[in-house]
Amino acid sequence: MIKNYIKLALKVLGRRKFFTFISLFGISLTLVVLMVAVAIMDNLFAARQPESRFDRVLGVHVMGLYGPQGGMTSMPGYAFVRKYMFDLPGVENQSVFTIQAPMVMYHEGKKIESHVRRTDGAYWQILDFRFLEGGPFTEQDNRDAKFVAVINADMREKLFGGAPAVGRTIEFEGHRYRVVGVVENVAFTRRVGFSEIWAPIRTLKDRSYETMMAHNFGGIVLARSAADFPRLKREFQQRLTSFHFDDPKNFNRVISGLDTGFEAAARNIVGNQVEKDRAAILRIVLAVMTLLFILLPVMNLVSINLSRIMERASEIGVRKAFGASSRTLIGQFVVENVVLTAIGGTIGFILSIFVLKALSSTELVPYLEFDVNLRIFGYGMLLAVAFGIISGVYPAWRMSRMHPVNALRGGAM
Amino acid sequence: MIRLENVDKVYRTERVETLALQNINLDVAPGEFVSIMGPSGCGKSTLLNLIGLLDTPSSGQLALDGAQVAKWGDAKLAGFRNEKLGFVFQSFHLVPDLKVIDNVEIPLLYRSTNGTPRRTLAQQALDRVGLASRIHHFPTQLSGGQQQRVAIARAIVGKPRILLADEPTGNLDSGMGEEIMDILHDLNKKDGTTIVMVTHDDRFARRTDRIVRLFDGRQVA
Repeated sequence: MIKNYIKLALKVLGRRKFFTFISLFGISLTLVVLMVAVAIMDNLFAARQPESRFDRVLGVHVMGLYGPQGGMTSMPGYAFVRKYMFDLPGVENQSVFTIQAPMVMYHEGKKIESHVRRTDGAYWQILDFRFLEGGPFTEQDNRDAKFVAVINADMREKLFGGAPAVGRTIEFEGHRYRVVGVVENVAFTRRVGFSEIWAPIRTLKDRSYETMMAHNFGGIVLARSAADFPRLKREFQQRLTSFHFDDPKNFNRVISGLDTGFEAAARNIVGNQVEKDRAAILRIVLAVMTLLFILLPVMNLVSINLSRIMERASEIGVRKAFGASSRTLIGQFVVENVVLTAIGGTIGFILSIFVLKALSSTELVPYLEFDVNLRIFGYGMLLAVAFGIISGVYPAWRMSRMHPVNALRGGAM
Repeated sequence: MIRLENVDKVYRTERVETLALQNINLDVAPGEFVSIMGPSGCGKSTLLNLIGLLDTPSSGQLALDGAQVAKWGDAKLAGFRNEKLGFVFQSFHLVPDLKVIDNVEIPLLYRSTNGTPRRTLAQQALDRVGLASRIHHFPTQLSGGQQQRVAIARAIVGKPRILLADEPTGNLDSGMGEEIMDILHDLNKKDGTTIVMVTHDDRFARRTDRIVRLFDGRQVA
């Protein structure tokens, strides 16, 4: 029966070519935008190299101190990460690092703008960078405050014209660093993985960071499995209850969290002080935005579908007369609509590949490379089918309620 | 086979109440071929729609094949129409997007008949009405008489016990009308199908077992 519906759907679409074109145009355009949004989300939050293991990673990226006079929200300091996040029971690994700081360096008289991130040795074990040359620095290098660095492919190009870089030196912030490894470029959107130059934390000149609670650090833990997340989060919150306030008159409350990537984004967007489930709020906001965005094309499709039903009144009457129940007719019409939106979805998917390629080549976001993978295609198709069902159900319901005698006369719902 | 007792049908709108049928009592025996006659607007089609379960009586009793249908829901009515009833309409009502064979298969789609037997049954039905060679045509490629024969094939493909025909010859010239009547008589005689036919044409009505006459919604003969 489904085969029959699909056959009929294709014929009906072929009959009113202009309407079909308008419908498909609306659907595919909507889906292009949605798929690009999904690709961006995927690029931001999915576990991808060098953050392949991030489905097992939780991080501390924001902390805030609050009191009667107000408060401050900041990135955590080294001391905060070490004291409250390190050595949680049952974690596989843990790392502390700075955020990527923009900096300017001069190399052979050339001014080069770059980003540098300071990390410990464990950082290189938790993240799985693809090394083009050499390898990472170690925790021993960090302890010894060795002036060694890892650079990305783009830096190698800018500094050494693409020639092998391991063993050569670069100079920034008043020190010469020996290059020990070169990694593939990592997109700016990767919260933990992105930088252009990486160096050991202890190469920082000023050691005052070691005692700071709020500064420009972050930390991650690698759990044995995602099932451990709730326990680790609870443990972290438990530790925060014994937070030592230097200035309890002004600050008497600390808020931070051991977050997944999405939760960390939600903490930034929704606000650190919001006590409710921020990730859920962000999800709802995104879902509502998506719904509002697809509302217009859905309404358009609903009205086109309703006028199509009037055209097909006699067919509906015949089907009812020959034994189609209302429920069967709803099924038929929804299937037809899903066929339409699946075609629109496929067109949209193909278009979105071009749009993403174009977006990647604009270099608006450094090193951002969108790839359209099966997961995105899956999400896209899911959206297309949801779109088909939403825009098909109401017209189908109206159709199924059409009185068979009226339908056979050719009209009037 | 078909029994109507004191059946009324009233159409109500906000302002007007129209009595379309009044106190209809009708008994049609299994295998009978009955024609319904009367001037336009006298309620012939309304009566046929009630018997075909496409509409419901405002009062009175309707029984088909021994079953009281008054309290049946949508799904049960649909199932009954599918199994026991066949319809032929004046304006054929073929689905223009579907080939002849696909049109004929429609009633079988709503039973659990699989693809191959479904196709075979549809071919047999088309063969019966002399259109076996046109199965891959679209309705618009056929003459009026041929379209009505396709419609009859669709009505009989599920082997219904009751065939309801609403002016099946109304849109055809007399020659084609005769052909259609021959097919209906053949179904009635050979298969024992009970047929109720609305017609304006005295010649065709006289060929049936009995004529029921309506005037202004009332049964006059």
